[in-house]
Amino acid sequence: MSAKLSDSNINDLEVQASAEALLRGSTAPVKRNWAQYVRWLLLFAGGILMVMPLAYMMSTSFKFPFEVYNLNLVPEEPTLENYTYVLEDGRFLQWFFNSLIVATLTTVSSVFFDALVGYTLCKYRFPGRYVVFIAILSTLMIPTEMLVIPWYLMSQQFGWLDTTWGIMFPGLMTAFGVFLMKQFFETVPDDFIEAARIDGLNELEIWWSVAMPLVKPALAALAIFVFLGNWTAFIWPLIVTTSQDMYTLPVGLTTFSVEQAVEWELVMTGAAISVLPTLIVFLVFQRFIIRGVVMAGLKG
Amino acid sequence: MASLALKNLVKRYGKTEVLHGIDLEVEDGEFVVFVGPSGCGKSTTLRMIAGLEDVSAGEISIGDQVVNNLEPKQRNIAMVFQNYAIYPHMSVRKNIGFGLRTAKLSKAAKAERIVEVATLLGMEDYLDRKPNALSGGQRQRVAIGRALVRDPAVFLFDEPLSNLDAQLRTQMRLEIKKLHQRVGTTIVFVTHDQVEAMTMADRIVIMKDGYIQQVGTPAEAYHNPVNTFVAQFIGAPSMNMLPGVLDDQGLNLWNGVRVAWNLASSGPSHEVILGVRPEDLKPVAQSQAMLQGTISVVEPLGSETLLYVDIDGIEVIASGPGRHAPEPGSQIYLGAATDTLHLFDKESGVALK
Ligand SMILES: Nc1ncnc2c1ncn2[C@@H]1O[C@H](COP(=O)(O)OP(=O)(O)OP(=O)(O)O)[C@@H](O)[C@H]1O
Ligand SMILES: [Mg+2]
Repeated sequence: MSAKLSDSNINDLEVQASAEALLRGSTAPVKRNWAQYVRWLLLFAGGILMVMPLAYMMSTSFKFPFEVYNLNLVPEEPTLENYTYVLEDGRFLQWFFNSLIVATLTTVSSVFFDALVGYTLCKYRFPGRYVVFIAILSTLMIPTEMLVIPWYLMSQQFGWLDTTWGIMFPGLMTAFGVFLMKQFFETVPDDFIEAARIDGLNELEIWWSVAMPLVKPALAALAIFVFLGNWTAFIWPLIVTTSQDMYTLPVGLTTFSVEQAVEWELVMTGAAISVLPTLIVFLVFQRFIIRGVVMAGLKG
Repeated sequence: MASLALKNLVKRYGKTEVLHGIDLEVEDGEFVVFVGPSGCGKSTTLRMIAGLEDVSAGEISIGDQVVNNLEPKQRNIAMVFQNYAIYPHMSVRKNIGFGLRTAKLSKAAKAERIVEVATLLGMEDYLDRKPNALSGGQRQRVAIGRALVRDPAVFLFDEPLSNLDAQLRTQMRLEIKKLHQRVGTTIVFVTHDQVEAMTMADRIVIMKDGYIQQVGTPAEAYHNPVNTFVAQFIGAPSMNMLPGVLDDQGLNLWNGVRVAWNLASSGPSHEVILGVRPEDLKPVAQSQAMLQGTISVVEPLGSETLLYVDIDGIEVIASGPGRHAPEPGSQIYLGAATDTLHLFDKESGVALK
């Protein structure tokens, strides 16, 4: 009994130590044996596989057209010309801006409403609660490809085709986010909510100033997911937009052609630039996520 | 400050009734402790007083106002929860001040009140700390501070000390009692620890299975338990229960021993239980002995020694002297003063006097 206890304590301590090390960015003391080396090797191979396309994207963005179909990673004659061209081309900036608007607004809206609905489903007992939850969940099982047709018909009816609102509306709330937030709100003890109720807060205030701060890591994770999802969304924006001015970045990039021919070095340059915002969003929000993990570990 | 009255309070969850008509009057400024085994309905009662649970039937009044249909915030009560319910993302100052959010006070007055309460609890040096940088006892103090800051009519505590270690629990127990003496607010305190109940309460309410068993001062509950449940629940180690028969001759115990008893059974003999507390059952000379048995285990506690004695198949706890306690395995004669004996009806468990 006591041996078991101390075992799990040691495990906890190790998890804590490595989580803390992760936070500090240093390496935790790790046991070095052959199994560990094999693991590193596999991870390294996997890492290479993941990074290759990115590396080619970056490398191509610095190449002249004649070199594009060469497989060398380091351009023979590196150039910044693609970047100047892309950034001076009005269309690219317009698409970048469109994407930024769409992704930002859907992120804010999703995080807000998903959390609100998730909280309600988690903390209130009302008739039909279960049915509502199942209904929301079941939409997760329908792929986007099937949804675009009703979305399109709807947009047509309401006159939303080729508008920013038209691009955004399907993403203003996500079933996945509702589910995620509901699960996370389960970790907020009811006592917190009841204590606030006794202290005289109304239900919205309780949600906003008591429950929400306690699920920040989940909010951050959701924000990253939603932002990435909308930033890289392709099918729906492609279908709903018709004029070049309304394109989002992914739609625009695939058609980034000058005089009929697709110019890969320019597409890759655009793609390289488009990675930046996702990187920023990730760096901003992942702090919360890791801190959340560490806090959860230290609590017990 | 206010009095509190529960009239025939009933709680049902669906078809299950968990409280079956609770009647209780709590005087203004009184410290009342609800005690009982797990699941007996203590928290439910408290939560109904707080307004966190609907009342199925009956009436709750605070002061002279019936509050059945009032929101928690309109009842002017404050509650301290078992796991403190202090917000990890707020400093001590914010946590304590949380109860004042809706109060109609100027900012300066609020700040002053927070410091005042923190000082009362000895937390004035920790105002800017976050809860995760506090010890368990300090966190509990913050939780109490949050309740205290509003100057409520009634304080409700739901097992606030059960997450603390034994030593801290004893200390906080004392602090809460002192606090009560200073602020004088009516307190309803829930615990399943009878020691806590005995030491803190002006009056104890002993509950079981959704019924109140006995309401009285700690001394009353201890010396005059109304039934076997209260007798065994209050006091540690719990009262020895010896089966027997009461007939026109007096009391006849299960092993054939006769005990003089002035209350003879009217009518046919009837089965009873003789209760005697371990501290009243002492080693005596053979001539005065009531019971005789073999010591199986000896537990020295310092000031006294607990003797587990096997008497004709029943294990009885007696108390011996702290020094020169008898050895396990030895024979012992036990006796108790007549006025320390309790007699209960076997079937109903009700005390006979
Ligand atoms: N939401 C609920 N639905 C159904 N039954 C409930 C509900 N809440 C409590 N009960 C039941 O009501 C009874 C009293 O519960 P309560 O929480 O008041 O017990 P308690 O005396 O506080 O026990 P403990 O010392 O374990 O806290 C229990 O039998 C419990 O199962
Ligand atoms: Mg309880």
